[in-house]
Amino acid sequence: MRITTTVNGTEHEVDDVWAGESLLYVLRERMGLPGSKNACEQGECGSCTVYLDGEPVCACLVAAGQAIGREVTTVEGLATEGELHPVQEAFVEAGAVQCGFCTPGLLVAAHDLLERVPDPSDLEIREALAGNLCRCTGYEKILDAVRLAAARQARP
Amino acid sequence: MTTMDRLVGAGVDRIDGPAKVRGTAPYAYEQDPGEPIAHLAVVQSTVNRGRISRLDPSRAEALPGVLAVLTPANAPRLGKGLASDLPVLQSLDVHYQGQVVAAVVAETSEIAKAAVGAIAVGYDAEPPDVALSPDREDLYAPEKLMAGFATDSIIGDVDGALAAAVVSIDATYETPTQHHNPIEMHTSMARWDGDSLTLWDADQGPHNIVNDLVTGFGLDAGQVRVISPYVGGAFGSKAFTHPNQMLAAMAARVVGRTVVYELTRQQMFSLVGHRTPTIQRLRLGADPEGRLTAISHEVVEHTARIAEFAEQTATPTRVLYAAPHRRTTHRLARLDVPPPTIMRAPGETPGMFALESAMDELAVVLGLDPVELRIRNEPERDPERDLPWSTRNLVECLRTGAERFGWAGRDLRPGVRTEGRWLVGTGVASATYPTRRRKAQCRISVDGAGRYVVEIDGSDIGTGAWTALTQIAADALGTDMASVELRIGDSRLPFAGGAGGSTGLASWGTAIVFTARDLRKQLDEQHGGQPPAGGLSVDGELPGESPHAKTHSMHAYGAHFVEVRVDRDSGEVRVPRATSVYDAGTIVNAKTARSQLLGGFSMGVSMALHEGSVTDERYGHYVNHDLAEYHVATNADIGEIDISWLDVDDQLANPIGLKGIGEIGITGAAAAVANAYWHATRLRIRDLPITPDKYFRELGES
Ligand code: FES
Ligand code: FES
Repeated sequence: MRITTTVNGTEHEVDDVWAGESLLYVLRERMGLPGSKNACEQGECGSCTVYLDGEPVCACLVAAGQAIGREVTTVEGLATEGELHPVQEAFVEAGAVQCGFCTPGLLVAAHDLLERVPDPSDLEIREALAGNLCRCTGYEKILDAVRLAAARQARP
Repeated sequence: MTTMDRLVGAGVDRIDGPAKVRGTAPYAYEQDPGEPIAHLAVVQSTVNRGRISRLDPSRAEALPGVLAVLTPANAPRLGKGLASDLPVLQSLDVHYQGQVVAAVVAETSEIAKAAVGAIAVGYDAEPPDVALSPDREDLYAPEKLMAGFATDSIIGDVDGALAAAVVSIDATYETPTQHHNPIEMHTSMARWDGDSLTLWDADQGPHNIVNDLVTGFGLDAGQVRVISPYVGGAFGSKAFTHPNQMLAAMAARVVGRTVVYELTRQQMFSLVGHRTPTIQRLRLGADPEGRLTAISHEVVEHTARIAEFAEQTATPTRVLYAAPHRRTTHRLARLDVPPPTIMRAPGETPGMFALESAMDELAVVLGLDPVELRIRNEPERDPERDLPWSTRNLVECLRTGAERFGWAGRDLRPGVRTEGRWLVGTGVASATYPTRRRKAQCRISVDGAGRYVVEIDGSDIGTGAWTALTQIAADALGTDMASVELRIGDSRLPFAGGAGGSTGLASWGTAIVFTARDLRKQLDEQHGGQPPAGGLSVDGELPGESPHAKTHSMHAYGAHFVEVRVDRDSGEVRVPRATSVYDAGTIVNAKTARSQLLGGFSMGVSMALHEGSVTDERYGHYVNHDLAEYHVATNADIGEIDISWLDVDDQLANPIGLKGIGEIGITGAAAAVANAYWHATRLRIRDLPITPDKYFRELGES
């Protein structure tokens, strides 16, 4: 099967995709975009979170064929012209990144939250990030990072 | 404080942060070997003990895209002398469930995994023997414990003192099998160039892996290069070589091109180690004022048929409290289980759950504040080695923590505070972890423009070592961080042991300090203090343990204070807030250190409430072998955690004055939660994890 998908604003076309391949697999293995991580392949950890037509999804649970003709944004697409997005900056600054393996998925989930809810409550942050496991940080600094990014966005 | 703490101590942003948030930091799977990559998938045994009777690879071999199927019949022979389960595919014997019995190499991972399903394996199997019990007749005393600790320690007349004690407790605590589950699965990618092997690998230190490859493939150390600049978490599972490194290298040799093996999450439960379950009997005797007269800590734990791993579970009991009569023992059962390994604070983590729970129980019997009980039993010297402490501030951690948490005026009675449907309680526990350092070598070069390159085979598994070592180097060289280029995570670099035992910064950092001193001396004495036009390079070495390690007892300490809420109808447990105060010596990077301590403590909460690999005693496997069923704490499980540290500088440990922070945070944390749970509910759960069903079990019994 041929897959044509817009990823991070650029059209990607790949051939000979087996129907059983996941979007995560195609991104990482065929499109040269390893930013989204594989850490369970069954929708438990959130490390593979990407946008599909503006909705955050676990790319490991999306069949590649479902992405045909749609728009995907991965962690590689969050920065604009090389400049980190405020959410990415806040993760570094708040100390929310340790090993960094959960980070790409958390960034997409946090980015999505702040697009929808510019000034989220703690409960809303926790709810939005509930599907993302981190084994290193104990989460506190991830919450701080989201609060920090929200505060920065509020300032013009 | 020292004169060199200009950058040391600052909360510098991690230098690997930008690459990680962009998604461009290359982990093992994402390295570019410079040629097309073949993929490996494995067939695992479905029995725990026996022998392969039938193994037919022909259907898999016939699938398009399959390059090779390796079995015990055709796999290349590995060199003798490999330990544990490293002689992969070398025999038909099966020693644990999940053992690799065949491996497929294919053009893609999808093809390899599909081919695995086409391989039929039969076994002559015996029933699994996987149940740990203190009543087993075959328990034995290992010769030594991990890290060289003695198996037993006996001082005075413990049984006599226990019998004579005015107040005593006798309780048995259990901790389950646990799996590390770093978020990055173990991954190894191997490429051969003639007889030289390059392995891009997820591990805790390339030098830890090289020797097994040298032994297995009959190579010289110079023919093996292991590269691991970015590692997605480890917690002990990536400290030593596992079958994945051997398999990737073996398969790459067979098919003549680069092969990558990325474990599945399910395989993380059998191929890369686990923390042994423990059954621990604690007996404490005390006088009416709460001064301990006797401590007895007897541990039963398991090891594998094919490897002895003797966890040092009762060793914290050898240092934490004073008592004239004392005993610690360790007994092992050899079971049909995968080889256990080190997991974050091996020994201290399960051992402190038992000791610190028992101290809480003793405080209850005495009617004494549990903080005060600990302070009353503060030893002036190491109670078993009879040595002075290098630095020890446990009492100050307890007092400072009590203050920050608002412990004063706590009602000792359990089960008397409610807020709506929540039963509310608070608990305390101490933390401790040994301070050590290990041999490490380092090379520092400076060019004519004053730019430094620091090379050492240290490792950053998420700890912050990239950043902290650069800070240490910049201070030691008298320059700024931008002038220092650090190189770590490559076995071609000067030797260093891996990340583990909280020894990383103490070992690598000290080697850097020594080498930097030497370089500066040479610059001063031979070059007028200026780097020569042609540059200068100096090799240095830290021989190993501190010269004071034989004359002083060296440990980090801490105290945890935890609030627990238990839903009185459902048994649901929440930990809304906690305070931890540490004596961990000099803190090199305030930001990354805080994350390490938070992460450690949170893993302790996770252990208290969620983690446990459930063994099916009939079929011998771990029932809950994925992240859907092996629960780790999520963000909703972790409340407000207040982390702080005392201003301590342990110059006897190392010239930076640090004690190590990777493990101290988890020690004692589970006990603090369990103690607070008791205070909330009156229910004493002595077998982790404290899941809601145990609330009803205990209610039924009480
Ligand atoms: S890899 Fe998709 S949720 Fe874990
Ligand atoms: S930073 Fe390592 S898993 Fe989150």
